[in-house]
Amino acid sequence: MTTAQLESAAQRSPQKRNWLETLGAVWAWIFLLALIVFFSITGKGFLSLNNFQNILANMSILAILAFGQTFVIIAAGIDLSTGYVMGMVSVVSAIAMTSLPPGLPLWLIVLVGAVVGILAALIAGIVNGFLIARLEVPPFIATLGMFGIARGVGFLLSNGMPVPIQIPGLGRLGNGYFFYYHPQIGWSFLNPPEGLERAQMRELVGVIPYVLVIMLVLLVVAHLILSRSKFGLRTYAIGGNKEATLRAGIPVVRQLALIYMVSAVFAALAGLVYNIRFTNGAANAGEALLLDSIAAVVIGGASLFGGAGTLIGTLIGALIISVLANGLVILAINPFWQYIAVGTVIIIAVLIDQARERMVRG
Amino acid sequence: MDNTPSQAAPILRLEHVFKRFGGLTAVNDVSVDIYPGEVIGLVGDNGAGKSTLIKMISGVYRPDDGRIFLGDEEITLSSPMEARNLGIETIYQDLALCENLDATVNIFLGKEPMRSLLGVFKQVDRPHMLEESTKVLDRLDIVIPNLRRPIRQMSGGQRQAVAIARALYWNARLVIMDEPTAALGVPEQRKVHELVKTLKANNVPVIIISHNLQDIFATADRIVVMRRGQKVGDLLAKDTSGDELVSLMVGVE
Repeated sequence: MTTAQLESAAQRSPQKRNWLETLGAVWAWIFLLALIVFFSITGKGFLSLNNFQNILANMSILAILAFGQTFVIIAAGIDLSTGYVMGMVSVVSAIAMTSLPPGLPLWLIVLVGAVVGILAALIAGIVNGFLIARLEVPPFIATLGMFGIARGVGFLLSNGMPVPIQIPGLGRLGNGYFFYYHPQIGWSFLNPPEGLERAQMRELVGVIPYVLVIMLVLLVVAHLILSRSKFGLRTYAIGGNKEATLRAGIPVVRQLALIYMVSAVFAALAGLVYNIRFTNGAANAGEALLLDSIAAVVIGGASLFGGAGTLIGTLIGALIISVLANGLVILAINPFWQYIAVGTVIIIAVLIDQARERMVRG
Repeated sequence: MDNTPSQAAPILRLEHVFKRFGGLTAVNDVSVDIYPGEVIGLVGDNGAGKSTLIKMISGVYRPDDGRIFLGDEEITLSSPMEARNLGIETIYQDLALCENLDATVNIFLGKEPMRSLLGVFKQVDRPHMLEESTKVLDRLDIVIPNLRRPIRQMSGGQRQAVAIARALYWNARLVIMDEPTAALGVPEQRKVHELVKTLKANNVPVIIISHNLQDIFATADRIVVMRRGQKVGDLLAKDTSGDELVSLMVGVE
């Protein structure tokens, strides 16, 4: 029976492929676990609720930025502008928030900052999308140009200085917790128990930082879009075979342009979280995060050739980077080693990716 | 099924079609009729004009002169998408599949069915896609274990099957296959031949371009031979031989 022959022919080579693909999906989890075990044993104070929450809160901004990058990389592109678009948004929304008349409620101020910031980012995203999707400028070049432009705009608007955002309550939004626990007083919700003395404040434990929750909500939304919506499916299709996607009748130009706009919106959200966390707008807010965001996506199993990747993977990637950064500090190792470690990890991840690709093509 | 040209109305009719590129006349006054359930083998040496002819039917090129009829209507195709919408499906040599996605997604790409998630979010209806894909593959008598595997893990024959299933699912009125067996091993070639016969049994006419005369003789009812842009032969497959075809293709008597 020819069908039987077909099946045996199909199953001959994929054994090895499957094995490699499983490794590609699992190694990041193993690596993360190994890092946590290693630092827990060697680093004093690494293994604690407080430190873990620190890692998660610090990771949130990077993760949000990397979520947008995930869409772009799955579509076989790259967005080098995210870091500085984030910085530009940070400055623009800081200026917007601080130039509002006094006395407005906090939620309104934050809303205005968010809307202005997202609009600013969308301009960058639309330009990126137009250049890449319509004019077919290579993504690397188009977004590198935008990298420079957004950087310049951010520094020009802020005169190269941080923009302080002195709005009561904003810092608590960015640094607060859902629950607080005090050994003598017990639990309280949203706000720390009142009337604490300085000595007692030390014993106060916050549980579940707000920014972590913001990040998780964005993760769920982005994950739904990527894994279940038509938009997400077509993002994978473009990354897998752009020509075939076009022949299937999908408006590839529009889809691709939208993907760069999604990336810009996530950059904006990262910039906004930065603002409430540090109560400061800064043009260089995302400077160090560009490399990390790409690393997080690639470590998370996305292929720089496009067509593969998940947001959960990206989350793991961001976690690995944050655990590494935190652990190195705790071990009193010069934190600059982190850059070398992340750079090395990117290269290793891409080598694995290439080996996988060669397996598939060969 | 018996299709003597005089009985049924042709599905596709080319009338005195020309295509010129600068000084070169790639297709020179070609007329062909294609009837329901008929398999046409299109053969010719490199540069004979086969591809150009096919591209005019699939909407890639517009003829400079001549007319194309689909059913009773004259058509002018301005894009491959328009041709697809009219039911002219072309299965290219590279199959145009997204190898990172599974068979069901490839069959439905561009026309994804949706269903609601909790009434607030529209999600791609994967169960429906799986169900329909299984049905159409059954119609083609193809068994692909685990349709959720990405295409890249499938064999060449299975990929062909997916591409054909896609064409059939969207109610193709005419299927064009460009070198369908070029990259396949012998058992898989045979499977493709079976698929062509299944399409024929579904009354869908097929045009096969192939360098492999075995493909042609295994599947075609009628063979159209092209040489230097012109149609030099239009023969019933059962009345001809490989030698005759080759001499027509290269132009020796």
